[in-house]
Amino acid sequence: MMSTGDEHRTKQVWLGAASVIGVAALGLVLWQWAIYFFHLPPILLPSPWQVLQAAIQERHPLFEGTLATGIAAVVGLATAVGIGCILAIAFSQSNLIRKAVFPYVIFLQTVPVVAIAPLLITWSGYTFRTIVLVTVIICLFPIVNSVTEGLMSAQKDLNDLFRLYGAGRAKRLAWLQMPTAIPFLVIGMKTSSGLAVIGAIVAEFFVGNGSNYNGLGTLMTGWQAYQRTDALIAAIFASTLLGLLLFGLVSLLSITVFGRWTTGYRNR
Amino acid sequence: MSGNPAKSLKMNQADDAARFSIRCNDLSVQFANNFVAVDHVQLDIEAGHISVLIGPSGCGKTTILRLIAGLQTPSTGNVDLRPNSTAGDGQIAFVFQQPSLLPWRTAMENVILPLELLGRGDAKDRHNQAMQTLASVDLADSHDRLPHQLSGGMKMRVSLARALVTEPSVLLLDEPFAALDDMLRSQLGELLLRLWQERLFTTVMVTHNIAEACVMAHQIHVMREGQIEQSIENPLPWPRSETLRRRPEFGDFYGRVGDALRDDA
Repeated sequence: MMSTGDEHRTKQVWLGAASVIGVAALGLVLWQWAIYFFHLPPILLPSPWQVLQAAIQERHPLFEGTLATGIAAVVGLATAVGIGCILAIAFSQSNLIRKAVFPYVIFLQTVPVVAIAPLLITWSGYTFRTIVLVTVIICLFPIVNSVTEGLMSAQKDLNDLFRLYGAGRAKRLAWLQMPTAIPFLVIGMKTSSGLAVIGAIVAEFFVGNGSNYNGLGTLMTGWQAYQRTDALIAAIFASTLLGLLLFGLVSLLSITVFGRWTTGYRNR
Repeated sequence: MSGNPAKSLKMNQADDAARFSIRCNDLSVQFANNFVAVDHVQLDIEAGHISVLIGPSGCGKTTILRLIAGLQTPSTGNVDLRPNSTAGDGQIAFVFQQPSLLPWRTAMENVILPLELLGRGDAKDRHNQAMQTLASVDLADSHDRLPHQLSGGMKMRVSLARALVTEPSVLLLDEPFAALDDMLRSQLGELLLRLWQERLFTTVMVTHNIAEACVMAHQIHVMREGQIEQSIENPLPWPRSETLRRRPEFGDFYGRVGDALRDDA
């Protein structure tokens, strides 16, 4: 038998799901209405039904493209997490390193990735590696920023406690600072999960056309060239779903692998 | 029964040797912004006694605790602990104003932490030691709860257990009950007194609460602007408990300490 609290939570979940579906239905109605009201041709805005048909018709390239982009996004995100954590640890251990290097990490965030993508292709070629490189650049800043903040946010009292029992810098890092930083890492990863998909697709715009690589970005540029707006919109939906999937995976990690650290943090 | 409870509790010579006396010699701390937090403090704390530092905020009470703990380097003077204690030997324990528990560790794991950091015993020994200490603060049943599953008072008791698990000779408490309501404060004060009467660790406690100071202390040191302005011997009888507050002489002594603080103000 469900308790009142469980019933309330279940009701809230259903209410949340119903409201999301309701907004989607409203969007579809508005979409269809706009086509009818403004007499829009399918080349400018196909109907939801036409997009669905295109998605079914192009399901194989769409699936393979989503998979290719997904792999690039995951590899890029994972690499950014690795590099970001190493940089953040260095920043947390030395003010000098942080002051000297952090501005360059900010530079990576501010430089338009579209502007440097051609340069990266010159250096790295029309390869999967270039796509991952662009993804890493776009994902790195949120990870470094969050994890550095996390590593430096360990309570002063706890630092004193560790010092009182003779814990050196390495032990304080491993036992106190790193676990404290895990919830911050998760926040950084959640922010970067959406960016990873964006980074991979932007890189594919440039890389895909010069190779036999067929990610979502490559498909989009191809379909745009052939004025396949219906398939283009289907690809946009696929990329959105991919972003949501990646965000969901990070959220799943946060409550499974990192659950012990994130639960305690949420309920402090 | 009055005077030194160590005598009244018939401590033997071996126990006396295990307890620490603390002498602060001409202790000063000046921060980089030239603020003098502690100004030539001379303070003697007898082994097995409870000393309370009381005074307005910012008068240097916590800095003195940090100096005794070795967490702060003095600008002048030194802290002399007898017998000698080296940093990180677990002889000195600190209870902070906030429980300051690791949120990802259970109550038991938080209590085990000092033993792990000191590398004492094997896993089983540590577990047993931590369990005994948790039981001494009446939390054995909650050993597997995470801090967010504990109430404020329970968290503070875990914090106290964490401090006591190494069986320290010196216990430093920095307004440990300040964040708790009066009822909890009184219960934890009672618990601390019970634990002290069992173990007789030399204790230095910072508090703003005059009644708490009167119940706990052998000596009350009234501080102002980094200096100890007055040290007052507590004449109230031992053993003590929170019921002491109902005795007429408690009121007299409370008034005396209050006057000393007001004189300072």
